[in-house]
Amino acid sequence: MLDVRGLSKSFAGFVAVDGVSLAVETHQIAAVIGPNGAGKSTFFNLITGHLRPDGGQVLLDGRDITGVPPHRICRMGVGRSFQRTNIFPRLSVFENVQAALLAHRGRGRDFWSRSEGFYRDETSALLQSIGLGPQAVTVAGTLSYGNQKQLELGIALASEPSVLLLDEPTAGMSASETHDSIRLLERIAEERGLTLIFTEHDMEVVFGIAEKIAVLHQGRILAEGTPDEVRRDPDVRRVYLGERS
Amino acid sequence: MRTSRFIAARSIPWTLIVFLVAAWVPWLGSRYDTFLGTQIAIDALFAVSLNLLLGTTGLVSFGHVAYFGIGSYACGILMKTYGVPFILAFPASGLVAAGFALVFGFFCVRLSAIYFAMLTLAFSQIVWAICFKWNAVTGGDQGLPNIPYPSFDWMSAIPGLGDLRIADQFYLLTIALVALSLAALRQITRSPFGRMLTTIRDNPERAAFIGINVRAYELAAFSVAGGFAGFAGALYGIFNRGVFADYVFWSKSAEVMIMTILGGINYFWGPPVGAFALVWLNQEITSYTQYWPFVLGVILLVLLFAFPGGIVGGLVAGFGRVRRLVYRHA
Amino acid sequence: MAASFLFSQFVGGLTTAMFLFLIASGLSLVFGVMRVLNFAHGSFYMFGAYLAWEAMRWLSPSPEAFWPAVLLAALGIAALGFVVERLLLRHLYGQEELYQLLFTYALVLILGDAAKFIWGTGELSVSRPPILASSLSLFGTDVPLYNLFIMVLGPAIAVGGWLILSRSGAGRMVRAASYDREMLDALGANVGGIFTGMFVVSSFLAGLSGALVTPIISIVPGMDVEIIVQAFIVVVIGGLGSFWGTFWGSVIYGQVLSFGILIFPGFSLFSVFALMAVILILRPWGLFGRPIR
Repeated sequence: MLDVRGLSKSFAGFVAVDGVSLAVETHQIAAVIGPNGAGKSTFFNLITGHLRPDGGQVLLDGRDITGVPPHRICRMGVGRSFQRTNIFPRLSVFENVQAALLAHRGRGRDFWSRSEGFYRDETSALLQSIGLGPQAVTVAGTLSYGNQKQLELGIALASEPSVLLLDEPTAGMSASETHDSIRLLERIAEERGLTLIFTEHDMEVVFGIAEKIAVLHQGRILAEGTPDEVRRDPDVRRVYLGERS
Repeated sequence: MRTSRFIAARSIPWTLIVFLVAAWVPWLGSRYDTFLGTQIAIDALFAVSLNLLLGTTGLVSFGHVAYFGIGSYACGILMKTYGVPFILAFPASGLVAAGFALVFGFFCVRLSAIYFAMLTLAFSQIVWAICFKWNAVTGGDQGLPNIPYPSFDWMSAIPGLGDLRIADQFYLLTIALVALSLAALRQITRSPFGRMLTTIRDNPERAAFIGINVRAYELAAFSVAGGFAGFAGALYGIFNRGVFADYVFWSKSAEVMIMTILGGINYFWGPPVGAFALVWLNQEITSYTQYWPFVLGVILLVLLFAFPGGIVGGLVAGFGRVRRLVYRHA
Repeated sequence: MAASFLFSQFVGGLTTAMFLFLIASGLSLVFGVMRVLNFAHGSFYMFGAYLAWEAMRWLSPSPEAFWPAVLLAALGIAALGFVVERLLLRHLYGQEELYQLLFTYALVLILGDAAKFIWGTGELSVSRPPILASSLSLFGTDVPLYNLFIMVLGPAIAVGGWLILSRSGAGRMVRAASYDREMLDALGANVGGIFTGMFVVSSFLAGLSGALVTPIISIVPGMDVEIIVQAFIVVVIGGLGSFWGTFWGSVIYGQVLSFGILIFPGFSLFSVFALMAVILILRPWGLFGRPIR
């Protein structure tokens, strides 16, 4: 589904990502882990068109999407959540998801209808499935951090992605919130047949649901494989010893 | 609680009501009231067009007066120099203004924040300089005096409207055109297109990642806003019986921005309220003192420090407090 | 075209440039550190000029009072800047940048009318200090000593300012604040104090510039707007927030003004903004700024 080959990016001499390759199959749940500064967010930004790579290729189902601008990549079925919560703070929860649906279904050029009437049932259903049903009319900026993260997931799902990239989806959450969040993700990935790629710090989370793990260190892939393979890899143990959460 | 009351308020056709109320001014008020009313209506349209950028899309333009001025000159030149009737000249002015906004906007939307604002200002001053210097077309620093009124024969044929002075007839025409324009802008802000604009305002990065080509939408908003500013300018040229280069000077951009913020950028009716307040205040205060800029500066300070939500924002917050007080005692 | 004429134009351009540099450097510094584009900077310049005139009248009738008058004026404007920043501007830091800009515009309106109220709308002038009253003959043209003084003072302040910014502890804090004020705050530095300090320094420079320009041009209402527009163009050419950019931008722009009027009589109105537009379209970060859009 997603085939990344030899992606590289430097910033004024500093090499952030160095020849990283990763292949994720359809319906797979993959995780990219690594300490802070390993290049995880940069890597995602390169895939989703927020940064232009200096070298390498990104293929989506065989199509070359390297360097394509973000709004086009989104339309091709790549969804994304961001490390710092990225929602529309002045719109209500309902309007947030509805706006994503409107954009995805190409209604943006409609000058003459009223936006509030569109996709009401679908929006409600989506909100229910991520657990934000009761908060539909709340202004998004006033939500708790955890709820905002849920909303962000909802917005990403509204674009009907086939691949979902999640940048540190459980950052800042308590243990129980993390647990709920991960269960939710698993359920949704299964219901919608999504391919999931996420970056994480929390090892419990990663080893709990990932089928494939890639370890990033100083911009390069240190190890790659199933959770067990990675857990036993000597390089990984060396880098991560003492960093287990 | 909030939802049901606001939905009811939103389905009332406010534009129509305000128009019907305003239509009585020539009979109930004096000549002076009609004069003020025309000014307010034109400024209200100008301010609402700016708010499509400021309040709806989050674009801060310091050069919006350029399109107002282009509309004035387009209409003035068509009607005075080429004898084109108003019914053609008016829509043409809007289109010309929108066209310029499209060209200038193309360069502006590629920039962010302060650079965007500075480029809009630069383009606006370029337009001013051209209007000031191009004697052959724009009359240079003399401008275009004696713009003819549109023909009002059709209006005089309507019973009850035949006895009106021409200034009153022009007032009625103005408020009708402004009402139509405001209704159109209202519809745009409520449409899916408008919803896309508000997502850009709230979070341009996220907007891009729900599939929105942010620059394209910003350019569209810039062009539409320019077009409606052009309509306002066209009316202003006739109202003032002439088109002059100082219509395009940057201080007018500042004035309309203050008007918009004074009324409240978060509400559709904010800018018209701001226009009303500012025009009225201007008339009152300039009759006492020549230091209107000083007073304007003080008003702006009070606004920024005490009422950042503007008049309408303050009213809505006030009503909210009153309602909570009432409910607590009920 | 006679070499002496070219040279006198060149000198004129450099003099203009140095005044512009004094103004624009304050504007650029405040923007670099505080992200506020201070429209009222030109108003401080104008007030500096008026204060210098007022101080001359008050101190003594003799033109030797020029130097103390200039100093008093610059300090007065620095005090004004302190009051403005501490009492008013700092309450707007959390708000939208637009509101901060509008605040500075409100100041322009208020100070502009205040000047008219206090000093009227006529032209005022100040005579040159006696030490620098004469001229020097260079390359066949008379160069006023006062202009030479300004042409030396400008680079002196530039170099001095640069040394302070790059070598001193305070300078390092200022540069850090312009890169990442949140981080600096988290590290315990007095960011509020840095902001006040920057604003006061930039106000001092504006007041100084206004006071120093009085022997060369007449003091009139409208000089605030005229100078701020030129300062904008200079910082756009040089790059918003860049110190040396502002210096070289002033030099370049001074010459453009000086020679441009010869080539194209309608020059100032149109070409100035066309230049600004072209730069913003092609290279918005100017000559020395950081490449961002």
